[in-house]
Amino acid sequence: MSWQVFDIVGPIMIGPSSSHTSGAARLGKVVHELIGGTPETAEIQLHGSFAEVYKGHGTDIALLAGLLGFAPDDPRLRQAAEEAQQAGMTYMISCVDLGLGHHPNTAKFSVVRQGERLEVIGCSIGAGNVEIVSIEGIKTNYLDGKFETLIVMQQDAPGVVAEITETIAREGLNIAQMGVAREDRGERALTIINLDEKIPDDLITELACDERILWVKVLPIIY
Amino acid sequence: MGYAFSSGTELLDLTDKHGTAISDITINYSAEQQNLAGLDILGEMQRRLQVIREAIDLGMQHAERSASGLSGGDAQRLTAYAPDVPLLGQPVKQAITYSFAIMEHNARFGRIVAFPTAGSAGTVPGCLLAAAEALGKDDAALVRAMFTSAGIGMIIGNNAMLAGATGGCQAEVGSASAMAAAALTELRGGSPDQCFQAAAIALKGLLGLVCDPIGGLVEAPCVKRNATAIANAFMASDLALAGIVSNVPFDEVVEAMRNIGRSMPASLRETAKGGLAATETGKRVWCAVMGDES
Ligand code: SF4
Repeated sequence: MSWQVFDIVGPIMIGPSSSHTSGAARLGKVVHELIGGTPETAEIQLHGSFAEVYKGHGTDIALLAGLLGFAPDDPRLRQAAEEAQQAGMTYMISCVDLGLGHHPNTAKFSVVRQGERLEVIGCSIGAGNVEIVSIEGIKTNYLDGKFETLIVMQQDAPGVVAEITETIAREGLNIAQMGVAREDRGERALTIINLDEKIPDDLITELACDERILWVKVLPIIY
Repeated sequence: MGYAFSSGTELLDLTDKHGTAISDITINYSAEQQNLAGLDILGEMQRRLQVIREAIDLGMQHAERSASGLSGGDAQRLTAYAPDVPLLGQPVKQAITYSFAIMEHNARFGRIVAFPTAGSAGTVPGCLLAAAEALGKDDAALVRAMFTSAGIGMIIGNNAMLAGATGGCQAEVGSASAMAAAALTELRGGSPDQCFQAAAIALKGLLGLVCDPIGGLVEAPCVKRNATAIANAFMASDLALAGIVSNVPFDEVVEAMRNIGRSMPASLRETAKGGLAATETGKRVWCAVMGDES
């Protein structure tokens, strides 16, 4: 990555650790945005160094704060457990071994909100930065909250990706980066598109009309 | 991108070409990178200075120990300490006091500005605030000096690393010390070249420093390593202003840091498995922190 001034003088954060507290809060925040609000139930599994030293760093509290939609510098982070109770979010946090291929600071979320269930795996890669590595078990690229991002779950069929990019072009938006990954041939595929502009609502409605598209989500910039 | 730089040599050439300081080039480059007006960039830095001041105030007000018991109270202890013949100059003592306030506040889940990381968050702010007081510099000068430090940090980030997990403590506290040394030197009227000499001298002094936090917490040795970094930064700035030059230029010192970081074993890169973390005391604290949850 190319460092910018406020990556060096920043982030503004609630301590104690940029990777174990700040990054954890941001991961939770991504999941909050993806499911469209505070989940009713959340199951969080901690892997690697997250599992080993989460306690002293308040990683657990920070993850909850993020799920509640708090930013990493929100002073309410400290009372996130009480805030979760007030918001009616039930949660379970446990430690697991997700295997060797995973970054040491990884968390796996299974959340439910208004009947929707979502599984997200993400990691805190240092200095408060995060990276989402999979959604619903499908590998993701270019999903770090630094761009306005369109996320589309679709059937793996010819022409769907072209349909998505054409719709974006018709809206006059510019694609910065994109990635497509799928489960198995002919099953579900996930398209991630980073855009330079804000995503208008009618783009989402238009895409959602296509029956080969299962759902459309937007992750705004979370920095 | 008229102001883009990725190495010390490039940044120094730009200061030469435009006849300006490191801070000016860094401000202009940031404005280009983020597509913002220079004024907004300055305002954002001022906001961060405000958060730093709040952290220092809150940190100074409290003396209780953190949850782990590893830190807390030293900012007040140092403030109260007034030897008849002070050997450590007042600005250095003040800088360390500020850094302790920030680091203790951080350990109590307070709000801070990572600079460049949370573990090294006391070094640059401590040096600059104390020096600005001693030299009678205003906030505008302070904000500019923060950009000088950021310019150095960006170069280190781009060519080596800034995280203890990838390069050891040299990458966090060592980088912070180099950043502070350059910023102090600009604040005191040194030339861009002297700023880089100061950064090189400061970084060389902390090369090879490992990351071995007890219990994996950002407290011990982190809090007191900020004090080490501060004393080192003041020293390096003075040497540079005296006209002393580093035999190995800044960019090559950064390269050396990268290579040392890459050859450091994982046990000495924030995993809390080696160094001070693996001492008898380190292990005892680890058990106490993790123990009560199972
Ligand atoms: S010991 Fe490790 S965690 Fe502590 S300041 Fe140094 S690099 Fe950061």
